Amino acid sequence: MSLLAVQNLSLSFGGLKAVDDVSFSIEPGEVYAVIGPNGAGKSTLLNMISRFYHPSRGEILHDGKSLLECDASEIPARGIARTFQNIELFERATVLQNLLVGRQVHNTVPDWRQFVFTPDIMRAEREHRRKVEEIIDFLEIAHYRDMHVSGLPYGVCKKVELARALAVEPELLLLDEPASGLNPEETEEMGFWIDDIRRDLKITVLMIEHDMSLVDEVADRVLVLANGRVLTEGKFDDVKSHPDVVRAYLGETL
Amino acid sequence: MRVLFKQSYDQDIRIAKHRGHLIWYGLLLLSTLCAPLFVGSFYLGELSRVMILALAGLGLMFVTGFTGQVSLGHAAFVAAGAYANAWALSRGWPSLAAIPFAGFVSMLCGLAVAVPASRMSGIYLAIGTLAFAIIVEDGIIKLDGITGGNRGMAVEAPVFLGFRMWESWQLYYLCLFVLVACIFAVLNFMRSPVGRAMIAVRDSEVSARSLGVKVARTKIFAFAVSAAITGFAGALFSHYLQFISPEIFGVVLSIQLLLMIVVGGLGTVHGAIFGAALVGLLETGINLAKDYLPPGIGSQPGLEPLLFGIILVGFILFEPQGVYGRWVKIRSYFELFPLYRRKTFVRQRSYLKTDRMQ
Ligand SMILES: Nc1ncnc2c1ncn2[C@@H]1O[C@H](COP(=O)(O)OP(=O)(O)OP(=O)(O)O)[C@@H](O)[C@H]1O
Ligand SMILES: [Mg+2]
Repeated sequence: MSLLAVQNLSLSFGGLKAVDDVSFSIEPGEVYAVIGPNGAGKSTLLNMISRFYHPSRGEILHDGKSLLECDASEIPARGIARTFQNIELFERATVLQNLLVGRQVHNTVPDWRQFVFTPDIMRAEREHRRKVEEIIDFLEIAHYRDMHVSGLPYGVCKKVELARALAVEPELLLLDEPASGLNPEETEEMGFWIDDIRRDLKITVLMIEHDMSLVDEVADRVLVLANGRVLTEGKFDDVKSHPDVVRAYLGETL
Repeated sequence: MRVLFKQSYDQDIRIAKHRGHLIWYGLLLLSTLCAPLFVGSFYLGELSRVMILALAGLGLMFVTGFTGQVSLGHAAFVAAGAYANAWALSRGWPSLAAIPFAGFVSMLCGLAVAVPASRMSGIYLAIGTLAFAIIVEDGIIKLDGITGGNRGMAVEAPVFLGFRMWESWQLYYLCLFVLVACIFAVLNFMRSPVGRAMIAVRDSEVSARSLGVKVARTKIFAFAVSAAITGFAGALFSHYLQFISPEIFGVVLSIQLLLMIVVGGLGTVHGAIFGAALVGLLETGINLAKDYLPPGIGSQPGLEPLLFGIILVGFILFEPQGVYGRWVKIRSYFELFPLYRRKTFVRQRSYLKTDRMQ
């Protein structure tokens, strides 16, 4: 069974069909990329999967079960974590605290009890911390652990946001332009992380990306959107020579 | 300069991060415990007032500084705690029941505001809470069977194990105990999942949701806890005043509390304490100075609000991080001397934040 199946998904903003009858499915263990020119509806699609937007039509199945009755805050408990196109970190907190918020879904202690730090809370905190340290090691951000997020360079913020999504321990990771705003070296590095995430952590990745070198490097399959509609889907090499894709991108660098 | 070598995660989790903390805060606690031996009853009263203000500030800090919900109605929770405590004592309850009852009543009021408030933010929330405070003040006047209405209500001294505590040192210890207990409760909350959820809600609701934080529930929780702490402050305040009437708990008190935490430093427990100390010092200072000022100035009615206003504007312009922020800078100046640079605390926005997702 597909890990994620999107069926005939549509959403309009006023008269604008941002996403129009889009269907695709993602198999466990793959890196699936969504590309398309600006305003194609990629982020809108991701926001529907993570339940920030509600589709006007269509269905989203995760492990065969619908996601549509979930609220956005119930999505991580289903094993799906995401990052944002424009970084959304907790700015007045440290990197460590940011990552620990990612552990929220694994918290089992009721809120009201937390005013006394009982041994079981201490144990749980140590466990969260251990998990977070693993991710800090994995993404090599130990240097920034105790720094406040405001004031960190852009590239580091991107990594911290990725780390925070990993702290959820998801089985499906939704990345909205993980390499936007990064320089070529950082982009290449991001490619390595995504590869490692798939290979070592066994996490399936759905990513939106403009950087074609990154897509070429990490994606197994690519979906091309333009004006809310699917142009084509397939291996990157086949997709990039597809006449519709070339036309959609004309004027943009491929 | 202190360089911390961390050997275990517990070091970050613990409240006292290193020996220095333990020693300095231990000394502070010791000196507050010993104060009644050296300090006369007038100044003990002033210290009690500062601690009560700090407690109310701590309550407000919980919801405004940590969760980002601005409240202009916290005087209502002080009032709820004060009247609940006074009523319970008048029915012959011991303080061990009356003070928790005051917190509980105030928490119920907090829940009543929090549910609608969890959908509001910014200026609308400020106005909503302000309206709530005015309703509560009105309610107190209307309920004159219980509250004495505009005539006010006398408050009996606290009773513990059958003993009435009339002395100012007894109230002082009571305030100290409640304040320290609440500080520990808040510190524990803040190092637990719920505290991090509050910070997350404050800084970005969108990504808080995407990580599984229930935003509305977290806001309601913060409001309820905040109201309970402020209710405790109200109970103690009623003992400090010994006579309460509705106009004490007006809008001015709400604004004063908000000023206090802004001036002290938003988002830190220290901020609530520093802010209360500053406001307390200022009030005492003005009262003492009045005797020496020429009568034309000293007897002007608006002197305190004017000074507060000037101080607040000064802080917003020159030190938005509050007294605590200034203190951190001074401390690191000495720790890093002679390496300190003026730009140490200037943060650069190294990236743009355009069209954030709604
Ligand atoms: N909340 C909204 N309200 C109204 N229109 C919207 C909203 N969000 C997106 N749109 C519109 O929907 C279309 C698709 O937007 P979307 O953000 O999904 O594009 P995208 O493919 O992610 O583009 P980019 O590559 O620039 O990120 C755009 O025309 C955009 O203006
Ligand atoms: Mg986008």
